[in-house]
Order: sequence, then structure tokens, then C-alpha cells
Amino acid sequence: MLKLIKQLKPFTWAVVAIFVLLFAQAMADLSLPSYMANIVNTGIGQNGIENSVPGAISVTEFNKITLFMTATEKTQVEADYLLLDKQTLTPGDYSKYLKTYPQLANIKIYILNTSNKTQIKQLDTIFINTIPIVATIKTDGLAAYGGGAIQIPQGVDPFTVITQLPQAQLDSIRTTAAQQIKAISGTLLKQYSAVYISSQYKALGMNIGSIQNRYMFRIGAYMLLLTLAGAACSITVGYISSRVSSGMGRNIRLQLFKRVESFSNTEFDRFSTASLITMSTNDITQIQMLMVMLFRIVFYAPIIAVGGILKIIGADSSMIWIIGAAVGVLLSMMGVMFVIAIPKFQVLQKFIDKLNLVMREMLTGLMVIRAFNTQKHEEAKFDKVNSDLTKVSLFVNRVMVFLMPVMMLIMNGVMILIVWVGAKQVDKGSMQIGDMMAFMQYAMQIIMSFLMVSVIFVMLPRASVSAVRISQVMETEPVIVDPVKPEKFETQKKGQVEFKKVSFRYPGAEEDVLKDIDFTAKPGQTTAFIGSTGSGKSTLINLIPRFYDVTAGQVLVDGVDVKNVTQHDLREKIGYVSQKAVLFSGTVESNIKYANENASSEEVAQFAETAQASDFIKDNELGYAMPVSQGGTNLSGGQKQRIAIARALAKKPEIYIFDDSLSALDYKTDMSLRMALKKETNNATVLIVTQRVSTIMNADQIVVLDKGEIAGIGTHEELFKNSSVYREIALSQLSKEELAL
Amino acid sequence: MMPGNGRPQTNNSNRGPMPGFGRPGAGPMGGGPMGGGPMGGGPMGRGPMGPGVVEKPKSFKKTLRTFLKYLKPYRVSLVLVFIFAILGTTFSIIGPKMLGKATTKLFEGVMAKATHVPGAAIDFHYIGTIAITLAGLYLLSAGFNYIQGYIMSGIAMKITYNFRKDIAEKLKRLPLKYFDTKTHGEVQSRVTNDIDTISTTLTQNLSQIVTSVTMIIGILIMMFTISWSMTLVALVTLPISFLLVSVVIKSSQKYFMKQLVYLGHVNGHVEEMYGGHVIMKAFNGEEKSIQKFDHLNEELYKASWKSQFLSGMMFPIMNFVSNLAYVGVSILGGYLAVRGTIGVGDILAFIQYTRSFMMPITQTANIANVLQSTAAAAERVFAFLDEPEEVPDPENAVKLAAVEGNVVFKNVHFGYNPDKIVINDFSVDVKPGQKVAIVGPTGGGKTTLVKLLMRFYDVNSGTIEIDGVDIKRFKREDLRNRFGMVLQDTWLFNGTIRENIRYGKLEATDAEVLAAARMANVDHFVRTLPHGYDMELNEESSNISQGQKQLLTIARAFLADPRILILDEATSSVDTRTEVLIQKAMGELMKGRTSFVIAHRLSTIRDADVILVINEGDIVEQGTHEEMLAAGGFYALLYNSQFARMPIELDTVKEEI
Repeated sequence: MLKLIKQLKPFTWAVVAIFVLLFAQAMADLSLPSYMANIVNTGIGQNGIENSVPGAISVTEFNKITLFMTATEKTQVEADYLLLDKQTLTPGDYSKYLKTYPQLANIKIYILNTSNKTQIKQLDTIFINTIPIVATIKTDGLAAYGGGAIQIPQGVDPFTVITQLPQAQLDSIRTTAAQQIKAISGTLLKQYSAVYISSQYKALGMNIGSIQNRYMFRIGAYMLLLTLAGAACSITVGYISSRVSSGMGRNIRLQLFKRVESFSNTEFDRFSTASLITMSTNDITQIQMLMVMLFRIVFYAPIIAVGGILKIIGADSSMIWIIGAAVGVLLSMMGVMFVIAIPKFQVLQKFIDKLNLVMREMLTGLMVIRAFNTQKHEEAKFDKVNSDLTKVSLFVNRVMVFLMPVMMLIMNGVMILIVWVGAKQVDKGSMQIGDMMAFMQYAMQIIMSFLMVSVIFVMLPRASVSAVRISQVMETEPVIVDPVKPEKFETQKKGQVEFKKVSFRYPGAEEDVLKDIDFTAKPGQTTAFIGSTGSGKSTLINLIPRFYDVTAGQVLVDGVDVKNVTQHDLREKIGYVSQKAVLFSGTVESNIKYANENASSEEVAQFAETAQASDFIKDNELGYAMPVSQGGTNLSGGQKQRIAIARALAKKPEIYIFDDSLSALDYKTDMSLRMALKKETNNATVLIVTQRVSTIMNADQIVVLDKGEIAGIGTHEELFKNSSVYREIALSQLSKEELAL
Repeated sequence: MMPGNGRPQTNNSNRGPMPGFGRPGAGPMGGGPMGGGPMGGGPMGRGPMGPGVVEKPKSFKKTLRTFLKYLKPYRVSLVLVFIFAILGTTFSIIGPKMLGKATTKLFEGVMAKATHVPGAAIDFHYIGTIAITLAGLYLLSAGFNYIQGYIMSGIAMKITYNFRKDIAEKLKRLPLKYFDTKTHGEVQSRVTNDIDTISTTLTQNLSQIVTSVTMIIGILIMMFTISWSMTLVALVTLPISFLLVSVVIKSSQKYFMKQLVYLGHVNGHVEEMYGGHVIMKAFNGEEKSIQKFDHLNEELYKASWKSQFLSGMMFPIMNFVSNLAYVGVSILGGYLAVRGTIGVGDILAFIQYTRSFMMPITQTANIANVLQSTAAAAERVFAFLDEPEEVPDPENAVKLAAVEGNVVFKNVHFGYNPDKIVINDFSVDVKPGQKVAIVGPTGGGKTTLVKLLMRFYDVNSGTIEIDGVDIKRFKREDLRNRFGMVLQDTWLFNGTIRENIRYGKLEATDAEVLAAARMANVDHFVRTLPHGYDMELNEESSNISQGQKQLLTIARAFLADPRILILDEATSSVDTRTEVLIQKAMGELMKGRTSFVIAHRLSTIRDADVILVINEGDIVEQGTHEEMLAAGGFYALLYNSQFARMPIELDTVKEEI
């Protein structure tokens, strides 16, 4: 898995960008609830009053507050406020201020004269500790601060009394008040101040509603901006991540393909063609899908979880245990579920395979089943698998059906718990309601992100199997490579093939497939190989184009060891026709031309003629443009074989190899083909592997193989006399008369 | 792709190479400030917003009607499912509003305290009552949802089981003719893919329709009872999202198609090149192959990232629109709360409702697609089940006591399709115990006669008689019981060797199986295998050789002990020694039985009582070896070609044709 991470290297900056953007997106998403909390706390709860610094206040009230300040505080505050007096203001300024503060007509007003943030912050700490005192005295009188003994006449403002108090008494009230204020939580003080300030605004005739609205729309505008920014981020992430994941898929796909194309038969045998195909198609797709999920979910989830937790800790961490507990319960529940369900999933898969197998057997055996009248038997077999499958999938389904409501229950439970515990916190004054509401949303986001990540962990094993398989292939070096200093073929020798004491063993096998093979095939001659299945005929012939390397001995072509020339040069000399004809999609012509792109149409027709393929090609209305589907499924085995032969002819090679290629043909075609080939391959070396004695009776040289060893070399007549193996084969196929003896 | 909605993937075979690629939307949800919303209904289905390529049924109504018939036996349970689904959803919808009330109460208490209202306190009793009531409701809701899912999966599995069973049983009644035009893969795809689609829809989507609709209606009601103006704000975002999503879907569709096409090309090229690796190497085709791959791969990349990007836009867009609603609700909610029109908690409830509103809507939108593709799948299944069946056996069928084995073809005409008659007025009289050799070039239609004889196909005109009785007057079972068949395309199944031999006569004892194996010369080789007769043949029966397989099928025929034999001789894929064994076994089997041999061996042909020469499906000659050799026709040409050693002979033969 880790090896594939290396594939991300060309995309490093893109991945970094994804991270950054995801973080921005997470921050945008997470900020929404906190702004919502502001709307509730400040906008609604505090009438849009953001801090404890009054924007405007009557001189009388201002003086009441300053009563409870220290001298330095008082000076600082007074410096930041501007006195508005009807008398001293110019008429223009007056009418301007009158609009905002209608009461200016009757009273003098202080207005805040600074927008400096640090200054306001300093003011805030002063006011938040003094305004609540004033507010409390207003409602509860002096008793609240140990001034219960002081008589306040009916209808007299307690503050007029306070100003007239002796300094000592005033100081004691101040100290008690300051102590009590300390005991009250900040949020509560904030609220007290806000209530006071808003009542003062009202007293000044200011429009509270518009202050509130202005505040909320401002917050709303922030939220809108954040939403837009978040969307922009996530779209950009989508753009980059789709390019990265597709690009990575493309790169791996190409690398893998190139690697596999460089493989020799040994590697193909090791991995099997089918699994190589799966790797290059499905497995890469799997990884590509995983990358998409990785960028979109796996990266995002921890970011938002961490961000959410940070936000909570910043606001109030007293309820974080609820989230921890919920995540713990959810994850352990899912863990239990998967422990129960995953083994069942495997069983389920087994039954699905079994069902498919039985169905396939029923289909391929249609005739046999009917012939033996075993329909009932088959149905019973199918029914057994069918009901097994039904039972298991019912179980798995019901486990899954259980999961969802329980998960919802836990989530909803968390909500209730937050409201209940949150209410207590709010009561204590350690939290504001808006924060509680925001907390609910953070909780949801955090829990969801944990769930998402756990889904990935379920997906991961499958993709990692794919990744492991792909990297195995990528790391495999082909065993057959070109020599560092390739030799050139001698020009005067044309097509001579020589085996010198050749032995061959498949990798990992216990015994040699070929032992001490020694022979020479000369140009202009036909050399045939015959023997029973497993005698090593095909293996032997595959050593010539260097599909495999010999274990011992040497294979020489034109006097040069095949290991000492490039594979390209070697194969340029060889026209190879495999046992099972392989055609590529395209047309008949493109297939024949595969060997030689420069062949003219006339030549193509000529080759087809020789290969006995022209009849059926001409019968088709499209002729040589007749399409060949993938795998040549639109042609019969014999037709494919004949085109494959035409292809080999088109190469005009020095050496022809027919690896049991003629047995798909009927006797008649086989014969005509051999006759026609004879003319075409006059000066070439022809090597034929076959099982049919009749095919090779007139070969110049027949090599009889038995269990990997040469049991005899000679002509038909010679071998029939001298080789018991050959005689046995011949007699099993033809009668004595037919063998023309 | 939440773990809860993941339904067991009941198929892995036969699906395209890119599972789920057409449904990329099955990805992230949540991530907005409220995630998927705390209420949720049933499990959310396959990707809620995937713009895949949706298959459409030919006739939705008709298929639906047929489908309802299948659902009919479960109507009581289904009604229960729907009731539970509605109840479960309803209870969970009440939640946010009640939670909102508790919050409002809390807010009022706090405000009262802040304004120094005498005796002000938070009404914890009220909040506690709501919490407990809600907990109860949520518990009930979860319970109902579970019961609903429990019953529904039971129904779905039962229906799925029955569908599969019906298809399997349909197989035996289908005429072989059906398979002339249909591949095995197609039928297999009915059992796996189509049924799977139906099953998924039943387990997930059917009750989802109910929960989604209930949820939409319920949430709307709840929202309207809180504030109609906020509801309007929340709803205004819907058309925006639909508009945006449909634009995205439309533009991504093009690239999805392109991606599928190129993926097909790339995979095709990979299969082709890997499959023909040796040939590619032999003709030095590496460079060409890589060049082509590179080109295809590049095109795939282009289509792939575009389609992925566009389909991936869905999530940001939905999130954006949902955030818009969130902002709108927050602002308007704040404005209204200040004026005392709504409580502060109502904002909370509203936020939850708008967050949960999106999911059922996308689900319902998606359900339309799901239903379409399900209907398309169901339609194919129904079409398969409705395929015309074999002509039923005659009611008062003739019973054969003992068969002598006299087979007569009288003026038989036959064609696989009516406009192409391949057998024209064919007659032959085969006496009991005689041997008929059928010869001809490969792919010439030699098995046609056999198929007619066993009534896999019925003749167009003329009759085939066994012991003087038209084969149409027998029960098929009776008729086929008289035949033994050994085809070159050996059919063995995944089971032990003993079971495979016993297939010829299911009630045979072990001793009988053993005797048959001996007669077929198979005993010796079986004993050399690991576990002998109890060796398990693998799925492709590739753990024994082709020749051995054929020997096993001969043993099967011995066990069945039929009067009339149909044999297909081994060809070259069998090695010499096994071939000798097969020949001997076949010779033994044919003794005293009327036999039809599809011949490749000269020895078989020559001592046949009748030779039928078939070319291009047609019977071109019939007679004995000597007769036809003397006639010098097609047979003579075919026969002599085997021994042709000199080019001159060929030329003369060619002229004769």
C-alpha cells in the first residue's frame, strides 16, 4: 500500500493544496454554527449589543457607573467618550446627532469616541465589572451590597443617596460590590450589562430594533461569505482531487501495462493472464476510487473532527465527554457488528459463487441434464444453494438493518443529553444558549466524521489487496532481458535452428520438461515434432523465439545463441503460429498486416490465398475489411487459424513455427494448406508440432519426443521401422494400409 | 456510504469492470454544520445523488403490474412495514420541535434571570419532561424502524429466493432452441445481476419511498407550524439546488458515457494484449501496443477526471445550498425571535429540519431512477419467465417396455430457423445394433441429427421413429432414458468423481459405479488420483485431463445402460495413450447397441453400417464406406485427403470439385 503512495509524488503540491483547501473548508463549515450562536446570544439575547461598552449614554447614568470605577479607570473612560451638549454643538452637528439620539433635545449625552479595538477591549473590562453593579442597585437597592441600613426615601433615586454617602461607607459598598461581581460568571455579567445598555439606549430614544437588525444582518453577511468561500474551496478540492486521482490511476495503469508488456512467458505463468488482466483493469479502478474517497472523506474527517474539538474547547469544554462517549459507543457498536457480520459476508460470498457455479453447470449441461433426465436432481441442488444463500443474506441484512436505527438512536440521544446537560450549564452561567446550540452541531459533525473514517477502514482492506498485487507486478523484473552488448546475426546463414544439449525446467518444477535435446533444423526443410501430451513438444518450440530461456545447453539461430541477440532481432526472423489462434480486434487485413505493416493489398490477398483463407474472406461482403471482433469471436476456430497463418506468411520469415496450429483444421484444409505452404516456404526452415501423423508423414525430419527426451529422429519410414514410440502413435491413428506401408 | 446503508453486495461476478463507477455520488454526506441531521429515517440507499446511466424498462406499467402480483402474498406484511415506517419516521420528526421548545423554555428562564424578574429560574421540570418524552419517542422510533427493516428484509429475501427458483425451474422447460440466440451469460445475468437489483430495491428502497415521503410531509408540517415565512426561505433553496444539480448531472452525463466507452477500450486492449501476449511478442508488437494503450489511457484520463469532478460537484453544491438555507434560517429566525414571533428554540428546530430535508428529497429523486432500473431488471426476468416453453409431453404417451433400437428417419426436414432448412428430406433406416457414423468437416453441423433424435429440437416435417413409434408420442423423459450420450464437450460438475459417474443413474450403488468405471477403462487412472473416486473435481474440472474427462463420461453411459448410443469421438486434444483407452471403451460400449458416432477415426468410419456425410449442416451423402468411395463424391474426397502426400493428387481432386 505504502508503495503506491509514492505514486503521489508528482502530485505533491496538488495534495498539499487539497489539504489547505480542505482545512479552509472545514473552518468555514465550522464557523457557521458559531455565527449562529452569535445571532442567538448577542442578536437575540443581548439585543444586538456585542459588548459591555455603551455606545451612548446619558451623562447622569454615565456618572452613576463611574462611581464604581477607580480614579484611573474613570479618567481612561472619560477620555474615550465625547460629550454631546445641545448648547455647545453646531446646528448642523446637532440635527445630525438628534436623529440618532432623540433625547439629545432634553439631556446631555456621552458617546463613544473611539473605534480602536484594544481600547474598546480595555473599556469592556471596566464596564463589565461596573455596569452590573449599577443595574443591581437599580432593581434591588443598596441592600445587595451591604448598604441595607441606609435609608432611601420613597421616590428618591438610590444614586442620589450614594453620592451623598460618606467616603468610608461608599468604599465599603464598592468593595462588597466588586467582590460579588467577581463571583458571577462572565457570560452572566455580559447579559446584565447588555440588558442595562439596551435600557439606556431606549431611554435615549434610540432605535433598538435597527441596532439588532444591523447586527444580525452583518453576521448573516459573514455567514454568507463563509458559505461561498466554503463552497469555492470544496469545488476546488473536487477539481484538484479528481485530477490527482484520475492522473494517478492513469500513471499506474500505464506503468503496469508497460511492465506487463515487458514480461516473458515465465512471469505470465507466474501471475496468470487472468489475474494480470484483473490487476490492470479492476484493481486500478479500485485504487482510483479509494483515492477519491481518501481526498474527499479521509482527509476531511480528521480535519473537521479536530477543528470541531478545538472550537468546543475554545468555547466550553465541559460537555466534550458527551461527544467522546457517543463516538466510543458508536465505534464499539460498529466494531461488534462487523465482528458478527464480516465472517458472514465471507460465507455469503461463498454461497453466491456456489449459486453461480450451479447455475453455470445447469446451463452448460443443458443437453446432458436432459439426456440423463436429471432435472429434478439439479433443481434440488440449486434449491439447496438458493436457500442457504437466502438464509445467510437474510441474517446479514437484518444485522445491517439493526445498525441504522441504533445509530440514529445514539445520535438523537446525544442531542437530548446536550440539551439537558447544556441547560444546567446555562443555568450556572458558564455557557450561553447559542453556544449550546452550536455545540449540538459540532457534536453531530464530529460524530459523523468518525463514522466516515470507520467506513474507509471497512473499504481499505479490499483496496489494499489490489495495491499489494499491483506493486508485486511492478516490482517483478522479467527474467528474459536483452543482452547488454547484443550481437548481430551473421548474414550468410538463413534460418538455421540448432539445439545443443538443451534442457529446460519450469521455475519451481521438480523435473526437467526437456532433457538433452540435440538436433539441427535446416533451411528449406520441414522438421516435425510429434509425441503425446506432456512430451514437451510445445515447450521445445517456445525456446526458439526465446519465450523461455533454456536451463542448460544452447539454442542457436543462424549460428548465434539466442541469448546474445536482442529479442527484437531474433523475432524478426520468426513466423510464429500458436496452437490456439490469437487475432486482435480490427479487420482481417489489419490482422494479416500485423506482421508487416508495409504489405500491399495484393500481398495480403496472396498470403490469405496460401493460407486457404481467401475463400471465406471473399464470401464476406466486406472482404478483407471484414471486421474481427475482440478475441476473434465472430470467426470459427479454423478461420482464425488460417488468418493467423496468413499473418505469419506476411512476415516472410526465415523460420516458420507451427505450434500444433493445424489440428483445428479439417483434414482436407490441412492438406491443401500444407501443399500451398510448401511452395511459399521453399527456402525457409519450417518447424511443425503436431499430434496428427498424417500431417507430417512427408516431413524431411521428424523428431519424436517422449517424456522430454528425443525418442528418435528420422523420416516417417525410418521411424516407423525403428521407433516403437512412433509406431504406436502412428498405428493408433491410421491403419497399416493407410500408412501406405 | 454509511455503514448502515451498506447492504451486503450479493454479487460480484458478471458486473462491469468498474463496480459502482456510475454512481460516484455514493460518497460523503454530512460535513455541513448539521451533518445528515439527527433524525434520519430509514437507511439511505445507494448513492443518493449519483448521475449514472439509468436503464429504462420498455413498459414500466406492465412490469409494475406483474411485479405487484409477486408482492401480493405479502400484502399484510407490507402494510405493516409501511405503518411501522410511517410511525418510526413520524416519531423522529417530532423530536427537533420538542427539543426546540425545551431550548426556548431555557432561553426564557435565562432572560428572566438576566432582567432580574423576581423568582426567575429555569424550568428544569419542563425541560426534563421533554427530554424523557423525547427519549421515549426516539426509542419507539428506532424500534419501529428496526421492525420495519426486519420484516422487509424477510419479504425481500423470500421474493428473491422465489425468483431464483422460478428461473432455475424455467430452464428445464425451455426448448434448446432458445439458446441458439441467447448466450449462457445472459441467463446467468438474470439470476445474478437482475435479481440482485430487485433484491436491493426491495430491501432498501421500497420502505424508503414511504419513509422519505412521510419525512417530507412531516417536516413540511412541522416547519409550517413553526413559521410559514421561515419555511418559505428554507424551501426557496430547493429549486436552486435542483437547478444546479440538474445542470451538473446533464454536463457530467456526457463524460460518464465517454469514460465508460474509453474504459471499455482500455480494458479491451489490456485483455487482448495480455491474452495474445505470445503473439504480440513474436511479432515484436510491444511498441505498437504501448502506443495504443497510452493514447486510450490518456483519453480515459480526460473523460475520467471530468466526470469525476462534475459528479463530485454535487456534494459541494448541495452543501452550499443547504448552508444557504442555514444562513437564511439563522437570520430570519433571529429577526423573528426578536419580535417574539417564534421562540429561540424554534431556530434550532428549524435548522435541524432544513438539514434533514435535503436527504429525503434527494432520495425520492433518486428512487425514480432506482425504480426505473429495477423495472428494467424485473422486465428482463419476467420476459425470461414468459419465454415459450417446450411443447408439453403428450397426455396418453406411449410407454416403451423394452426397446430394440430400431431407428428410422422418414422424410425429415429441419432448420434451426425456418428460412434456413439444413436437413432436406432425409430418410434412413437403422436396424437394431447397427452402427451409424456421422462424418464431415469441423463445424459442419454433425450434432444436428443427434439433437433431433433426442428431441432437443423438433423436426419441421417428417418423423423420427423408434421401434416404429414416432418419438413425439413418448414422454421426453422416457425417450431420453433409452439414449446414452457421450459428447466431446464433456460435462462434469464440481463434485467427486464417483458423483460424476453416478450421474448416469442417480440411484446406482457404489458397486455399480465401480463396475461401470471398470468397463470404461477408467478404474485404473482413478485409482492413481489422490483420494481416488472421492477426488473432488474443481469448478473447471481442470484437475484431470480432457481424455480422462471423456473416459468418465463413457463410464457414465455404461452406468445408464441405454439401448441407443450417441458418441462423439475424441479429437486431437487427447494424448495417444488415453485415446487408445477411449477407443477401446467406446468399442466395448457400442457392442449390441444401436449407435450414432460422430466420427473422426478412419477405423470407426470404415466398419460403420451406415455413413452419413454432413457438410454445412446438410446431409450430402449416405451409404457404406465402399459404396461411397466407389461413387467418388465428397466422401471420397474427404477420405482421400487424409493420405494425400503429393501435390498432384490435390490438384486432381480440386478439379473434380
